Amino acid sequence: MDSPFGLLAELTYRCPLACAYCSNPLNMADYSDELSTNEWRRVLVEASDLGVLQCHLSGGEPLLRRDLVEIVAGAHDLGLYTNLVTSAIGLSRPRAEQLRAAGLDHVQISIQADEPTVSDRIAGTPSWQRKIEAMGVVKELGWPLTVNVVLHRYNIDGVANVLGLAEEVGADRVELANTQYYGWAWRNRHALLPSRAQLEAAEIVVRAARERLRDRMDVIYVIPDYYSRYPKPCMGGWASRQLTVTPNGVVLPCPAAHALPLPRASVREDPLERIWAESPVMTAFRGTDWLPEPCRSCDRRELDFGGCRCQAFQLTGDAARTDPVCHLSPDHDLVARAVEAANADSRADGLPLVPRPHRANRQTPTAAPQRR
Amino acid sequence: MDPTTASSRRGVEVSTSDQPRLARHVRLTFCRTRQRHTLQLPETVVVLNDSGADILELCDGRRSVAEIVAELRARYQAVPDDEVRWFLTRLVARRCVELADG
Repeated sequence: MDSPFGLLAELTYRCPLACAYCSNPLNMADYSDELSTNEWRRVLVEASDLGVLQCHLSGGEPLLRRDLVEIVAGAHDLGLYTNLVTSAIGLSRPRAEQLRAAGLDHVQISIQADEPTVSDRIAGTPSWQRKIEAMGVVKELGWPLTVNVVLHRYNIDGVANVLGLAEEVGADRVELANTQYYGWAWRNRHALLPSRAQLEAAEIVVRAARERLRDRMDVIYVIPDYYSRYPKPCMGGWASRQLTVTPNGVVLPCPAAHALPLPRASVREDPLERIWAESPVMTAFRGTDWLPEPCRSCDRRELDFGGCRCQAFQLTGDAARTDPVCHLSPDHDLVARAVEAANADSRADGLPLVPRPHRANRQTPTAAPQRR
Repeated sequence: MDPTTASSRRGVEVSTSDQPRLARHVRLTFCRTRQRHTLQLPETVVVLNDSGADILELCDGRRSVAEIVAELRARYQAVPDDEVRWFLTRLVARRCVELADG
């Protein structure tokens, strides 16, 4: 068993944006009993002892935590490299200066499209202008800046302009991440999945930009796995390099693993070291011993570890099956049918999107029990 | 992550008179758990071997590559200077190390 390199600290699921591809769980109300400042401090100490080197502060919107500066300072004092993943709503200059002084190392700001109207529509709130201003503040304060866009059917055609914008604001990295279909994105999959022609056009643009910008900017392109022959090596292998702590202290190997039918582990009940080493949520799919066929006898088993467990569960109801994205999976037709629908001539344009709510709706508590 | 996988940046080859320093957004740290030095940059950790860490600890923007090699030779017997330059060239290609001309 290796030590994890990264901790994804999901500080809150509250968010000023309402993006329909959000990876947060649908049952957000179950996570609203958020860890306190002191609990996060303890988690950071335990993570550092476990070997974690980088702490990604995410959400929801991490800036909605009033104690964010204290949490950053706690991580920095432990020598962790800290990365803020933000919508930039709430990243005022004074707040940014406090975070800089607390030792924050890197800022990653999302935009929702290549231009204000579409970006604000997808975000569900006027936010474009503030994002662009915040990017300027980040650069002025001397941080490395990543501009981050989740790509889907309604914004992927603007990828050239996204790259142009990233260049203009002086970004050090740009992350063009095709939507992964978990959480709210799963719910909106039919509307969000782009066509093959859209993807091919985008990939030509990305390849050219990589070549042109390679002295100045890292261009990261996260492939759309529904269109791949083989699955992604999710998280570099289950519970191998990263772990996620949710707002209420639940520990997961990845931020999409909420729904898997595995016993719950929490930092409120056990030390992180024991959870990482022993809890079923970590050990269930670690390594390659658990692999089913056709993965077990496949040459690629050490490359992709059977693909994504969450995707296998989502599509087949069994987390221990081969990721159906793989063309060798016996369940591949589940993915092929979705791709076919996205490319059908008869497909209507502008299908409605279900936005994620800004916060858990307390009027209608989730009645369905969690599957875990 | 292995620096050898990055393609070399065109036209940049580290010479003995260059004065290398870590790029501003890169941190050199020691990991107690792994007992290794690491380079940390956005979304990436590079685990260094001992000689890599020794070289980078001397990259302060003032020492030239020739001086770094001389200092390493005072500690160890054999330090091939083209290997030091090649190591730094790969890190320049990944924008982890910057050069001030000597």
